[in-house]
Amino acid sequence: MDIADFYETFFEEAEELLADMERLLMELDVDDPDSEDLNAIFRAAHSIKGGAGTFGFTVLQETTHLLENLLDNTRRGELKLRRDIVDTFLETKDMLHDQLDAYRNGSEPDAEAFERISKVLQKIALEELGQEPVSAPSEAAASAPAEPEPQAVVEPAAAVDHGASRKVAIALSGVGEKDRDLLVDELQHFGKVLSQSGNAERYDVVLESTESLEDMEAVLCFIIEPDQLSISESAAEASPVVEKAPDVTPPAAAAPVEPQPAPETPATTNSETVESKPAAPKAAPKANKAAKGAESSTIRVPVDKVDQIINLVGELIITQSMLEQTASNMEIDSHGPLVNGMNLLQRNARDLQESVMSIRMMPMDYVFSRFPRLVRDLAAKLGKDVELVTEGKSTELDKSLIERIIDPLTHLVRNSLDHGLEAPDKREAAGKSATGRLTLSAQHQGGNILIEVIDDGAGLNREKILAKARSSGLTVADSMSDDDVWQLIFAPGFSTAEQVSDVSGRGVGMDVVKRNIQEMGGHVEILSEPGHGTTTRIVLPLTLAILDGMSIRCGKETFLLPLNAVLESLQPQAEDIYSMAGDDQLLKVRDEYLPIITLHRALDVTGAKTAVTDAIAVIVQGEGRRYALLVDDLVGQQQVVVKNLETNYRKVPGISAATILGDGSVALILDIADLHRLDRRKSQQRFEAKRTHLHEVSPA
Amino acid sequence: MSNQPSVEAAITDAASSEYLVFSLGEEEYAVDILKVQEIRGYENVTRIANVPDFIKGVTNLRGVIVPIIDLRLKFDLENVEYGGQTVVIVVNVADRIVGIVVDGVSDVMSLTPDQIKPAPEFGVTLSSDYLNGIGSLEDRMLVLVDIEKLLTHEEMQLVERTAESA
Repeated sequence: MDIADFYETFFEEAEELLADMERLLMELDVDDPDSEDLNAIFRAAHSIKGGAGTFGFTVLQETTHLLENLLDNTRRGELKLRRDIVDTFLETKDMLHDQLDAYRNGSEPDAEAFERISKVLQKIALEELGQEPVSAPSEAAASAPAEPEPQAVVEPAAAVDHGASRKVAIALSGVGEKDRDLLVDELQHFGKVLSQSGNAERYDVVLESTESLEDMEAVLCFIIEPDQLSISESAAEASPVVEKAPDVTPPAAAAPVEPQPAPETPATTNSETVESKPAAPKAAPKANKAAKGAESSTIRVPVDKVDQIINLVGELIITQSMLEQTASNMEIDSHGPLVNGMNLLQRNARDLQESVMSIRMMPMDYVFSRFPRLVRDLAAKLGKDVELVTEGKSTELDKSLIERIIDPLTHLVRNSLDHGLEAPDKREAAGKSATGRLTLSAQHQGGNILIEVIDDGAGLNREKILAKARSSGLTVADSMSDDDVWQLIFAPGFSTAEQVSDVSGRGVGMDVVKRNIQEMGGHVEILSEPGHGTTTRIVLPLTLAILDGMSIRCGKETFLLPLNAVLESLQPQAEDIYSMAGDDQLLKVRDEYLPIITLHRALDVTGAKTAVTDAIAVIVQGEGRRYALLVDDLVGQQQVVVKNLETNYRKVPGISAATILGDGSVALILDIADLHRLDRRKSQQRFEAKRTHLHEVSPA
Repeated sequence: MSNQPSVEAAITDAASSEYLVFSLGEEEYAVDILKVQEIRGYENVTRIANVPDFIKGVTNLRGVIVPIIDLRLKFDLENVEYGGQTVVIVVNVADRIVGIVVDGVSDVMSLTPDQIKPAPEFGVTLSSDYLNGIGSLEDRMLVLVDIEKLLTHEEMQLVERTAESA
């Protein structure tokens, strides 16, 4: 294995740890922080520091080191948290992320930013830990109004800790010679190795060191498993500090930089060992166990491998359907076992398909978890008081969609904060609580997922939107329905914000949001009530790979309709059909007049039923448009594997994709919205052709 | 470029490069064998509406949806029939898999550079832009088709132009 592979593992893991750290910091109750959470945050910083040290990412290591020290003080109750301190921690986390990205791209992180953040962190350490204040009186006054920390005085200063070296006994079990030498090398970074002896089964090392046991353990666990290791202080020769032995923790402010194991060290171990490196300090055994449990129950797999399995399973299902068709013609009496076997195969194949598909599914929490931070920062910037509520975090969505939904959703959240929710005084004047409420929710509805961004702000302003639309040159009418008015904000370049802020208001967003979502096969709806808020609803298919379809026949050809677009189907009666100018027809369904689109005309199918009353009208809805699609026959519902037409061919008008039927032939999946556009275009052409024809005929 | 024998062929083997010879009506054509993935019969093609007539539709090639193009229609040949002899040459061009319908596949030929003559400027239906040249073999004449150029040309409407997809 190459060291570069470990880099990637480290980056991925560090990124996850940073995300955890942010989430925990966000959830932290500043006045009464949960010690488990504090420990978890500390451990995250600690693990990153360790990894950064191993790979020689010095700046990252030093930054995490400073942060870790403060976190350590915090979890021991020496540093009392305040909102501004948490803010600084969050800022540091962002900085760490930048540094990580820099290393990932093979460049050095921004040294200036590092200088700045380390000054800030050091200042907190100095001020909050009762040491002499530094020369920044204005800021000190602003940021240190807290009562002096009693513990901080009691706590031995770094210098005291520093000299306090004691003997540490380390027992290694089941460690090979090569690893053992590495471990001893590592230990020499911590202090003086007094003695070493033993064999592969058990090897004892006695070390004189000032470092904490946890630090040692964390470093050694890069090389071996935690259960191979036992570290204890040899009490007999204990030096003075050992009084607080059971809870020995890293020295407050002066813990030296983590030693850097030789770069080849991790290369001699397998990746599993590296994965287990967040060998959490013993301080939180419970959390440690939980973390380990989660670790062993997941594996990292490249997405293309998963996709390959999904494709293969898709093929399997098709083969199975083909066999099933053959078997269904057989006599059950003479081929009983075969028919039974086919039934079993069918069930197993479907189960397999479902399980495989679920691999790609990810909970919406992956998306939602990044919003608390965004909302908090934005709300502070805008001077608004906002409470963020998330619902349906565990709702699952296909991975490819979940990644693509982040940007549009971020945009909608920003919009809600900026334009939707009012400032606290305005809210109070309107009789609402000063704290605005922003809800993100996700839920399944049939084969779709419904994602909503709900604010209880002022709602959309109909007049303002209409006025703005007019001034932007859009054609509007006062009689437009609310829904149509709301759709205007998706027009390119549209923004009603009176002031363009750096948050939103440049009008380059909503049309992009809409387009992105349409590309994912979904659509956006807006519901708004003046004074009560706005709900933006995104409807997306759960996955792009499998479709619940209704197969229909037209002439000799079979097509599939996405089931979620089908509202109902009926046999049209002659008295319900109305003609409109030219050859346009309308179908009266209950109290509604729906345009009729004839499939065989739109797709030039030969041999289809031409009389409207012979056909079946399927009422479909796509992109908010509803119409009656005339087909010859309904065949049935089935789940199909969606195959992209564009892989080897191109986009076809009126068609969204293709699939392979049980007999191995290809059937096209209709694109309801595009079919409507195609039909419009075609009847326009027919109309023009007729006119030219008339013109040609009349002079003759 | 198009009037020269393929540079690749000259490098790999100065002596010859191999071509798959197929027939369209009475004429013999050939394509670079390295572009050919497989040869199969013409069956089970699903028609696609609102596309040029030479695009016969799509078919299922072991789970992959592959467009089928009838070169006979593209080249305006008469007597286009589909029978047991009708063959689809599956080619791999520009990261795409495309099937082309021909009347039959005869053999694989090795052509030396001096057997490949520059293609003359001619017809509208088959511009010399799409040709690698003319292969002359005793009394036979092979039209060496640059299948990649032909299939990716915009008038084939096989590959979406960037302007269109925006």
